[in-house]
Parts: sequence; structure tokens; C-alpha cells
Amino acid sequence: MKFLFDLQDKYLAPLFEKGGKFEKLYPLFEAGDTFARTPGDVTKGAPHVRDSIDQKRLMIFVIYALTPCILFGIWNAGHQFNVHNNVEEATFLMDMIRGSLMVLPIIFTSYLVGGICEVTFALIRKHEINEGFLVSGMLFPLTLAPTTPLWQVALGIAFGIIIGKEIFGGVGYNVLNPALTGRAFLFFAYPAQISGDQVWVGSASKAPLVNQIMGYTPTTTDGVTMATPLGVAASSEGVSAQAALADAGYSLSNMVSGVIPGSIGSTSVIAILLGLGYLMITGVASSRIIFSGIAGAAAMGALFNLLPLDNSFAALPFYYHIVMGGFLFGIVFMATDPVSAAASNRGKLIYGFLIGVLTVIIRVANPAYPEGIMLAILFMNVMAPMIDHYVVQGHIKQRTKLARALNHA
Amino acid sequence: MASAKKLVTDPFSDNNPITVQALGVCSALAVTVSLQPAIVMTLALTFVVTASNLIISLLRKVIPGGIRMIVEMAVIASLVIVTDQLLKAYLFDVSKQLSVFVGLIITNCIVMGRAEAFALQNPPKASLLDGLGNGVGYGIILISVAAVREFFGFGTLYGFKILPEAYMGNGLALLAPGAFIVLGLLIWIQRSFNKFVEE
Repeated sequence: MKFLFDLQDKYLAPLFEKGGKFEKLYPLFEAGDTFARTPGDVTKGAPHVRDSIDQKRLMIFVIYALTPCILFGIWNAGHQFNVHNNVEEATFLMDMIRGSLMVLPIIFTSYLVGGICEVTFALIRKHEINEGFLVSGMLFPLTLAPTTPLWQVALGIAFGIIIGKEIFGGVGYNVLNPALTGRAFLFFAYPAQISGDQVWVGSASKAPLVNQIMGYTPTTTDGVTMATPLGVAASSEGVSAQAALADAGYSLSNMVSGVIPGSIGSTSVIAILLGLGYLMITGVASSRIIFSGIAGAAAMGALFNLLPLDNSFAALPFYYHIVMGGFLFGIVFMATDPVSAAASNRGKLIYGFLIGVLTVIIRVANPAYPEGIMLAILFMNVMAPMIDHYVVQGHIKQRTKLARALNHA
Repeated sequence: MASAKKLVTDPFSDNNPITVQALGVCSALAVTVSLQPAIVMTLALTFVVTASNLIISLLRKVIPGGIRMIVEMAVIASLVIVTDQLLKAYLFDVSKQLSVFVGLIITNCIVMGRAEAFALQNPPKASLLDGLGNGVGYGIILISVAAVREFFGFGTLYGFKILPEAYMGNGLALLAPGAFIVLGLLIWIQRSFNKFVEE
């Protein structure tokens, strides 16, 4: 290996550095170089002692943490398809193959199109290509329905990367979470493909190519209609939301295991908890945000339980809100994005708590948007700098008071 | 005194009322779902701002300083009522589509702003040209935003099908936030051409 790197330093690097032939393509070279190894550059300014875990390594940890969600998402997409399209004797392997054929093109499209946007901006603006993109490019497809058309995936990630991140100056300057910005774009631009009850389970009639590959002939020509737990709870009228959920075959246990229709990566609480555990051990994501977020959702859910409202969703026991829909996925992987979240410790607690509270309010009070976590996180992303401002001001005030008291004493 | 040509063309880009001065943004979001209302709105506003600039400039020496705003409002409001009645008489469908936004030209900051900032200090001919320039500058942005929104939202331009039937309309383009995003992108493009940087 050393021999290869020496060769690279001697012959390849000068081509891309200042004055070299491919000077304009330096960000590409730099990305490849630092991806493979930690370069031997010395620091030019203070601080000189730096952690060996730089941003690139940090972001890779998030991808590791996402692995359970990705694998489970692939299997579940295939499993839901096979169950609801009445595929006889579907084995684990068949589920995985079917799921891969549905999910992998979405992930691939997201990386390809997002990558092109990222590299184009890096070359024009002469900034580094950042590994943060690897995370956004993976989080985004995991929040989509398994049947999302690929052109929409491409549009969504391009919007997320360009409008959500690059126009503000790239990674580190983005106000909003890029992956969620992309999802919000699709949600408002093409609501029919990302909400409702037609999109969560792939339908045999709509995937002729996949059917051919798998040698499967569809028995019906209709789409498969399956509402997600959130959709069921939001439209439960006359009966309690709990009864409506049970009627539709949703129980606490299958919402925790995640073997239900839903966004690709966010159905399984168990897979998310595995990722959460990894993030906690490595210290990559802020536990303040995650746990105060869960506390916020539980508190708001419990408050709704106590209020005498004529809304069956409000009466749903508070712990349902935590395992239902994309809440846990959002609070663990999206809300903790270090750039768009609040930065101060007390700020993180407030930020997380309010995300939880807002999520439940949006779910319960606005049936048009059954999934509140996306809007709640984006809203709090915008508020995060203000929260930090007041936390710092409060701290300064407290310290000044203390200093005055000490001076007088 | 700037040249006549400069008076007209300056508001097109360098001193555009919407993208540089950030005036009249509300109507730029509200009437730009498709091209037709945007064009009619442009004509209406251009007429009002040009005529009000001319009239106020003619009256500038006799308007008492203390009540100048009320006088300006009276002039502008009369012109807007005339415009509104004309639209109702000859372009009833479009007038219904524009609903209150024709009436709201009275409160449009561009009209009042030009009267206060320009017509009160300048002779009639220059004021007329300034009003014309600002009306067209407003229209350029309005029509650009409307063209983008109609194209992506419906796949049409001025009601004519441009994209094939299978095109799936982009719902965001039809919402007010979509107009905001399009306007923001326009400002981005314009500023990278003009090298304009906000201080």
C-alpha cells in the first residue's frame, strides 16, 4: 500500500495541485485521497492537536449505524410485496431479492444524482467534497416509499442537495437538513407518490420488469392498497384509534418489529434501536436531542390523552406515538444532524423536546399531514440558531449576576 | 439627472423593484400561478405606476408637504379603481382570477415608493419614464416567475400544452412557497450576473 501512496504523491498529486494540469478538478482528487487514507498534511493554523476522527470518519459511523435499517428495509419491502401480492411460498431469499430490486435502484439513484450535484458544486465553488453527502444520500431514500418513481428520487435529492445545502455554502452552512428538505419537496410536489395508502406496498401490476426477472406473473391488475399505522390512526372515525389500528392488523408488537408497510428504512423500531446503540457507544449523535425528543413526544401524547378532545387520535396512548411512523427514525438520524441542530447543550434539550412535542401536535391536530416528524424537524432546524442565541444570552446573564454578587461580597 | 434611457432600463435589472428592492413581493407570489393573470397584472400595475408618477409629478409644486401622502393615496386609489372597472368590463374572467389583487395595487409599495422617492422631486417627463421602467421591471419578474410555475405546475404556457399529457404536474410550483423558491432562484441567478452583494 505504502508503495502505491508514494507513487500517488510523487506523480499524481502534482497534476491536481496549484499550477498542475487538472487544478480545477482538485476537489475530486482530494476526496478520493482522503477517503482512502488520512493524508500527511500538517496543520497551518491553531489548533494543532486534532482528533484523528475527522468529519469524514464521523459521517461513516452514521452509515454503519444505518446498516440495520437498510437491510431490514430491503427485506421488508420485498416481504410486504410478496405477502400482499399473494406470492406463494415466498422464502427469505425471495423477499430479499424482490426487496433489493425495489430498494437498491432508489438508493443508487439518490447517490448518483446527489453525487453529481455535490461534485459539480465542489468544482465550481472550490470546496471539498464532503462525506456528509454519503449520509444525506442514504437517509433520503430510507424515508421514501418503496414504490417511489426513480425520477422523483432524482428530483428530490437534487433539490435537497442544492436548495437545502449548496446555496447556503455547502456542508456546515446549511440551515435545513438536506435529506428532509428533499423529502419535503417530494411531499408537497407529488403528494400522491409519498402519502396515502397506495404507495407503501409495491404492486405486481406496476413492476413488469421486476416480475420478468423473478419469473412471476401477477394474478391481479389492481394496485395494492395498504394504509400505514399513521394513516389508519388519522382517519379513524367513530371508533377509537387503538381499535382502528387493531382492526387493520397493527399491534404494538408488529410496529416495534417493523414488519408492516411504511417508508423503506423507518418501520422497524428494533433496527433503529440497534443503530441508536451504535451511535451512543461511538458518541456520534447527541443523546440530549434523542432522549429529550422522545420525552417531548411522550409528554405531548400524554397531555392529549388527558384533554377531553373529540379526536380519537388524541386519545391514543402516548407510547404509540413513539413506535409509530417515522418518529424514531427522524429523531435518531435526522434531528441529530450536527449542522442543522442546536449546538449548545441546553439548546439541544429544548430543540429535541420541541421536535417531539410538535410531531405529536401535527399528527393529531392536522389530519392532512399524518406524519409530523418531517415538518417538526425542518421547523426546529430554522429555530435552532434562535434557541442557541437565547441559551448563550441566558448563560451570560447568569454569569454576570454571579460576578456582581462576588464583587459586592 | 439620469438619461431617459437609463431611467427606463435601470429598474429592469440593476435596480429591480422586486429582486433588488424587495417591494411588491406579495403580489408576485399571489398572481403568478399562470402566465395570463401575471401579464394582465403587469399591464395594470404599469398603467397605475406610470400614470400616478405623471400626475403626482405635475402636482408636486402644489401638494402641501404635510398631507402629501394622503394626496398620493387619492391619486393612486382613483387610478386603481379605473383599472379595476376596466378589467371587470372587458376581461371579466381574468379579473375574477386576480380577485382582490388589482384592488391591492393601492397598497403596492412600488407605486407609493416611486411617488414618494421620485415623482415628488422630478419633472413630469422623467417621472413618466421612471414609472414605466418600474412597471416593466416588476412585470419582467412577474412573468418569469409565472412562466416557470405554469410550466412545471401544469406543463403549459399561457394555457397551451407544452409537455406531453403524461407529465405529472409539480404541486409545489402551484403553492405560494413554490413561488418563493422560484423568486429566490431568480434573485440568485440575477445576482451572480450583476455581481451584486448585499451589505
